[in-house]
Amino acid sequence: MLKYELVVVGGGPAGLSAAVEAYEQGVRKILILERDKELGGILNQCIHNGFGLHRFKEELTGPEYSLRYIDLLKDTTIETLTDTMVLEISEEKVVRAISAERGYMEIEAEAVVFSMGCRERTRGAIQLQGDRPAGVFTAGTAQRFINMEGYMPGKRVVILGSGDIGLIMARRMTFEGAKVEAVCELMPYSNGLTRNIVQCLDDYEIPLMLSHTIVKVHGKSRVEGVTIAKVDENLRPIPETYRRIDCDTVLLSVGLIPENEITQNAGIAVDPRTSGPKVGELRQTEMEGVFACGNVVHVHDLVDFVSEEGVLSGRGVAKYLKGELETTSNFSTANGEGIGYVVPQTVNMSNVDDQVTFYMRVRSVYDRHIVRAYLGDTLVAEKKERKFLPAEMVNFKIKKDILSNLADGEIRFVVEEV
Amino acid sequence: MLDVCIIGGGVIGTAISRELSRYQLQVRLVEKNEDVGTETTKANSGIVHGGYDAKHGSLKGFFSAKGNAMYPQLEEELHFGFRQTGSFVVAFNETQEQELHHLLENGIKNGARGLTIISGDQVREMEPHLSKNITKALLCTTAGVTSPYELAVALAENAAKNGVEFTFHTEVRGIEKVEDHFVLHTNQGPIEAKVVINAAGLYADRISAMIGQDDFKINPKQGQYVLLDKDQSFLTDTVVFQAPENGTKGVLVAPTVHHNILVGPNSDYIDEKSDVSTTQDVISKILKAGSKSVDAINTRKVIRSFAGNRASSDRHDFIIGETAVKGFVNVAGIESPGLTSAPAIAVHVADLLKEMGAELTADPNFDPTRKPYQRIAELSGEELQNLIAEEPAYGRVICRCESISEGEIVDAIHRGLPITSVDAVKRRTRAGMGRCQGGFCAPRVMEIISRETGLSMEEIVKQGEGSYLLTKRSKDALERGGKDA
Ligand SMILES: Cc1cc2nc3c(=O)[nH]c(=O)nc-3n(C[C@H](O)[C@H](O)[C@H](O)COP(=O)(O)OP(=O)(O)OC[C@H]3O[C@@H](n4cnc5c(N)ncnc54)[C@H](O)[C@@H]3O)c2cc1C
Ligand SMILES: Cc1cc2nc3c(=O)[nH]c(=O)nc-3n(C[C@H](O)[C@H](O)[C@H](O)COP(=O)(O)OP(=O)(O)OC[C@H]3O[C@@H](n4cnc5c(N)ncnc54)[C@H](O)[C@@H]3O)c2cc1C
Repeated sequence: MLKYELVVVGGGPAGLSAAVEAYEQGVRKILILERDKELGGILNQCIHNGFGLHRFKEELTGPEYSLRYIDLLKDTTIETLTDTMVLEISEEKVVRAISAERGYMEIEAEAVVFSMGCRERTRGAIQLQGDRPAGVFTAGTAQRFINMEGYMPGKRVVILGSGDIGLIMARRMTFEGAKVEAVCELMPYSNGLTRNIVQCLDDYEIPLMLSHTIVKVHGKSRVEGVTIAKVDENLRPIPETYRRIDCDTVLLSVGLIPENEITQNAGIAVDPRTSGPKVGELRQTEMEGVFACGNVVHVHDLVDFVSEEGVLSGRGVAKYLKGELETTSNFSTANGEGIGYVVPQTVNMSNVDDQVTFYMRVRSVYDRHIVRAYLGDTLVAEKKERKFLPAEMVNFKIKKDILSNLADGEIRFVVEEV
Repeated sequence: MLDVCIIGGGVIGTAISRELSRYQLQVRLVEKNEDVGTETTKANSGIVHGGYDAKHGSLKGFFSAKGNAMYPQLEEELHFGFRQTGSFVVAFNETQEQELHHLLENGIKNGARGLTIISGDQVREMEPHLSKNITKALLCTTAGVTSPYELAVALAENAAKNGVEFTFHTEVRGIEKVEDHFVLHTNQGPIEAKVVINAAGLYADRISAMIGQDDFKINPKQGQYVLLDKDQSFLTDTVVFQAPENGTKGVLVAPTVHHNILVGPNSDYIDEKSDVSTTQDVISKILKAGSKSVDAINTRKVIRSFAGNRASSDRHDFIIGETAVKGFVNVAGIESPGLTSAPAIAVHVADLLKEMGAELTADPNFDPTRKPYQRIAELSGEELQNLIAEEPAYGRVICRCESISEGEIVDAIHRGLPITSVDAVKRRTRAGMGRCQGGFCAPRVMEIISRETGLSMEEIVKQGEGSYLLTKRSKDALERGGKDA
């Protein structure tokens, strides 16, 4: 049987940065398994600019960003197998995978990093009713068609959901000569980054219709139109506002779901708040020697933080292999008022270098608010921001010395008025 | 000149075609769409009923009990997917309990097997996630679930192997009786046949009227469904019907052959035969009604909704037989339990042809079997190793949700029926049927169809004429030049 110190499942930015960091920390026998023909993950289809502002202080395209990492692999002993699909991982950390070239493989791993990314929510998941013609695509599928396969999926488009992929696709389709009639967003605020709204919609005069949804798809063979409606405060469509828009394509940008089938099959529970496994400060999961990072843990909006999380898990793996990873925890985290989730879910102080970054998302738009961390009634730290948006992951750093002075317990994050 | 021309490639038409392929006959099946099983046969509950429900004395009662008994052997021969899960009709109160007794008596008369009435506790012992409020149930151990479109495909592939011709995109628009035979006028030119079998589903009344037999009408009666993710399969692995109350049938919660959970249908007459749209109102009602039977239905686990229309005739029973026009046979009004009845109806139609004077000589080369798919999701490590060594395409996973390999897709494309749509591949292999609903694999499935059939990417449809997926090359691709952009 093949044997490795570390097997990384998924060669997107999360997996790449985990492997590179583990290598830098002295791990030598590393194997990355990637199901696609190339490394790079979802970045390969994101040919727009906007990646790496934080990590490289430069605006790169998706493929450029992942190339930086792929280049780093060259000077290392890290091995990669692409076109290779991981089927499952046993309790003994035996990785079962298949590929056309090598057939069926069983690989024994001392440590495993899960970095399988996420998938898009679909028409069924949001219960979009009406006819079932061709022409309803998730925004990511349309992106793949245009950017990787070189085909246009339609000419007149209505986009449901204002997630970043949808916004980027609005611009991309326009650039390719299609007419984007509208972007409908159920919520009274957008789920995309502000910069994307400006650069992808405003600059092209594409209307963003907040508090609007599609109530019906029309067309027997191919989409012929949609009925849209304004929704009330309970998000229910208001019949008086029904209006038909003719189009031949509907793109859905209605959210991403971490891809955790392998995680769950390995017996690792998924946290319903994140739809990913619960993790510690170095992204260790509840299964010894198994780590997770990137969109498989929680959906990120910026790849820079995906890479950052990859680094943490790479460090975790190195520590674990040296037998230095503490498995107990000093703190657990909780999402209080206004907060949807917090990652990591547990913290062990002896694994922390100088600070812990807590990633979280707010549940709604908060103007003139502050996020505070409490341990019991004690205020631990606070984070100010001009505005908190559900679309933008909050990055809450707390210094080690502050945490070290606290008794063990639960750290609760809440949104409060200033 | 054909001996027999069958109109319609649903489960009824394909079952008849396969039955007739046992004999030395010139048979052709014509279908207006691009594949078999694309209408009512693709959107129904998929239940192989026990045969207790349809009234004794009706054709429905007679054929469903007989058809049910034929499924195990059919599955052995054709491998389309059938599981004898058993079914419950559950009661929540005394009036409904009464109904269970009526059903039991009726079932015994129909010749249905495996029927008993059990207590609510016994029900929950078998299926712990069923509702605490169930007081009693009629258990039928011979009921099961099947994959109706895979059945139609399997029947058609096997019929084709045994010499039946299939022509798609061929719509019958008029029928003439000329002396002792028929001329069918289609959009693809005329077809001559001695015997015509009308298995046109929702449109069987129109076909029959073409030859002057307009003594029945088919009224479309809609049924909408929701399908839940496989991870909800714990809810039940037995089909759960609700006992009727005040004349209305409840909603069923049933496992599918592939371990998803199906909830539905409603039963409402609609105007247009081809209207298979879903509505939020009905879907909400179905979910509410369905949740009476089980602990809870998690609506976040819905992966898709869909609708199918029953070919409900104004005679309220199957219409099967030769008409006043000699040689013209109707197999019409085949609403539920038509799927269950299909194999028995097919045998009956063959007998009918004999009675009508056709010469049915057994074909010594008839082969009743169809080779099963190699499903990588079901193989052991060693089996996978051997398979991939022999055929590397089985090592390339295309649909990650359902673990479907390129090998399976290529196999499906080369089984004798022409493949031109993404949905045809989906119905055969399940690529695109999982939780991501083809978001990831559709482009790759299209590439494989294109490569294997020579169709261009733009020619490949989702399902049916006009359901194109791609409009043109992107500017970017054109600028980069050529096909490999
Ligand atoms: C369409 C889109 C647009 C975006 N736009 C921006 C942007 O403008 N700027 C920005 O900073 N960020 C953007 N992001 C966010 C960021 O790029 C992603 O969050 C990041 O790429 C996620 O990295 P990952 O490694 O976790 O997942 P992925 O990139 O999805 O990588 C996961 C990899 O795992 C592989 N894999 C999964 N399962 C298996 C298995 N069983 N066996 C083998 N391999 C497997 C997959 O094939 C994939 O390659 C965008 C994201 C998307 C989806
Ligand atoms: C909601 C619902 C639930 C059901 N549940 C069950 C169940 O659980 N168990 C069960 O046993 N049965 C069930 N049924 C019934 C079962 O689905 C049907 O009896 C069966 O599918 C009918 O098959 P068919 O071949 O008659 O019709 P179809 O599948 O509709 O096939 C008819 C074919 O004829 C073709 N056609 C029509 N006109 C022309 C023309 N002019 N030229 C060429 N071709 C033409 C059509 O394109 C179509 O492919 C259910 C039905 C519905 C709607």
